[in-house]
Amino acid sequence: MDVDLLIGIFPQVLLDGITLGFMYALIALGYTMVYGVLEFINFAHSEIFIFGAFVGVEVLLGLKSIGLLDGLPWPLVLILALVVGMGASGLLAVTVERIAYRPLRGAPRLIPLISAIGISFFLQDLIRLVESLWRNAFNLVYPTMDVLNLRFELSETIDVSVKSLVVIGGALLMLWALHLIVNRTKVGTAIRAVAEDQAAASLMGIDVNRIISLTFLIGGAMGGAAGVLFGVQYGLINPYSGFIPGLKAFTAAVLGGIGNIPGAMLGGLVLGLLEAFAAAYLSLLTGGAFGAEYKDILAFSMLILILIFRPKGLLGEVVRERA
Amino acid sequence: MNRHRGYLVLALVAILAVALLPASNLEAQGSKGTVKIATQSPLSGGQAALGEGIKLGAQLAVEKFKGALEKQGFKVELVPFDDQAKPDVGVANAKNIIADKDILAVIGHLNSGVAIPSSEVYKEVSLAMISPANTNPVVTDRGYPNVNRVCGRDDVQGVVGSEFASATMKAKSVYIIHDKTPYGQGVAEFFKADAEKKGIKVLGFEGTEEKSNFDPIVTPMKAKNPDVIYFGGIYDQAAPFFKQSREKGVKGKFFGPDGMDSSDLTKIAGKAVVGMYYTSAAGPASELPRAKAFVDEFKKKFGKNPEPYAAEAYDAATMALKGIEAAAKGGKLPTREDVATAVRKTKLPNGITGDIEFDSKGDRKKALYFVLQVASDDPGKWGNNKIVKQLAIAAPAAPKK
Repeated sequence: MDVDLLIGIFPQVLLDGITLGFMYALIALGYTMVYGVLEFINFAHSEIFIFGAFVGVEVLLGLKSIGLLDGLPWPLVLILALVVGMGASGLLAVTVERIAYRPLRGAPRLIPLISAIGISFFLQDLIRLVESLWRNAFNLVYPTMDVLNLRFELSETIDVSVKSLVVIGGALLMLWALHLIVNRTKVGTAIRAVAEDQAAASLMGIDVNRIISLTFLIGGAMGGAAGVLFGVQYGLINPYSGFIPGLKAFTAAVLGGIGNIPGAMLGGLVLGLLEAFAAAYLSLLTGGAFGAEYKDILAFSMLILILIFRPKGLLGEVVRERA
Repeated sequence: MNRHRGYLVLALVAILAVALLPASNLEAQGSKGTVKIATQSPLSGGQAALGEGIKLGAQLAVEKFKGALEKQGFKVELVPFDDQAKPDVGVANAKNIIADKDILAVIGHLNSGVAIPSSEVYKEVSLAMISPANTNPVVTDRGYPNVNRVCGRDDVQGVVGSEFASATMKAKSVYIIHDKTPYGQGVAEFFKADAEKKGIKVLGFEGTEEKSNFDPIVTPMKAKNPDVIYFGGIYDQAAPFFKQSREKGVKGKFFGPDGMDSSDLTKIAGKAVVGMYYTSAAGPASELPRAKAFVDEFKKKFGKNPEPYAAEAYDAATMALKGIEAAAKGGKLPTREDVATAVRKTKLPNGITGDIEFDSKGDRKKALYFVLQVASDDPGKWGNNKIVKQLAIAAPAAPKK
């Protein structure tokens, strides 16, 4: 076994894992916020996430076609793509809630869940249909900006790309903004109140429906931001690319304690790191017997272990049974 | 309530009966029957570019050569199926295909992993399958009398690749990634085995189904600094992998099998793949001397350049039609078994991809293998990729059982 190699790639793997982890964290927020308020898993969130990525790529391609992609300063271009992507995903999430979930709010729990799965399939194929009619393409390539591909070589095996810095920075900014909204504003207080007890919140004069829509808007916008960052980081998206990251982010939300916002961030980071380390080290440590393809098995085995000892997730609290 | 429903059903049945009657009458008139040729290839999803090419190539051949059968009084039709590059969809389609008695031959598939289970279904009814693109040895090594291919084989293609890597690219070390499908992993294993024989050090052999985030694979690979990176798989996965590798500063040369052969490779990976080599069991249509008319006709009709394997599909469909013609001697609708036997015996001395003749297990007697180099990062210029090396190699004999 090559110890130098194992140590040499450690910082790079750490960085890869953190980048991936923040992406999972951003997506996981959408699951966890909705669960916190409605105790319902919005399985269409993976499509809301990839919808943001598609809107982002359309913005970039649109700018490119009018020659502004290289004309404008790159942070502005990115911010524009992010803002439009977030807005679009947020609105989509609100629309989906209004059409597919609100009419079912009183129904048994499994009913909206199935509705969510249906919406998920519907959105996948809708995106596919629109993209194939509009661009005649299945895979869409994020246009590259040269600045994003710059790398700082710290040593022979470690380098930091502007891209991953953008992803980490963007994610941190979003998480900080969300923290402020939820904990420091009146709206945030209302969201927390609705999460705690819908009936009581409504008696206090809170418009519960509006707050639920707002929760979907914020969660969807976070998903959209994650989508744009995902596209920027990995360069290629297709209508089905949202599914796997969505599933992983859901797992991250459960790992952190579903319904718990800091938990989603922690869960995302833990899962991202587990996955990156498993993929990079498995084949090195086992002499090729287990390759990188076993990364999910290792990551999810760890998850099962954690959940056996902490069934409510890392930061989850034991929720009182409702009367 | 119940009575109402009863009336409704009755009315529906009546409408259906009226609607169906004239149609079935029409079909019986004016023709001795319909001969259908099915295509099976991915028409949607990430590999649709190649799959569409297969369908259109076959369509062109059917339109051009159906005259002889029509003169005998048959109607000739092409029925395209979308296998989505998924084995389960391919098999489900195959079951529909064998249920339609008019279908006498299948042109397909693109992916060996889909072709192998689907051909088990065709075999049940001895339905002739001619593959334009399936290079995995198992496809023909099972010795089924109805399964043929007009392209080469991976056990040869892998060796052509390792030979080129060692002799021309002067590789001392190689890192191999594959997509865990029978095609990708298969060709990667043949490449690996022969590379080791030639003294090339194999630094890694990894399978992955990942389509977007290749970081965890690229990082250890970069640390090992291989001379050559071989991707056994298909462009929709290889292209983002190559792109991310270059962006992360990987310096090795990229190399791969015929799964790289699509303009979408450069559409996705751009500059990262310019100058890379790939082997192929299908020559670029623009470089085949007899294919010029085909390329022109294809462009005129469909408004785009033929993707790789479109020419092979054209030849495969031509073989199918010739086989059906031979079996239909005497003007009677042939059985599927007759067609399968006739296809195996058919010779096509003027195929656009060369002379085609099948050996006893359905491989082409002399298949062509190429090494090509990507010429430009403009997907429109994919056809300009130059042949660096060209070999005609006979298929190896079937393994002893």
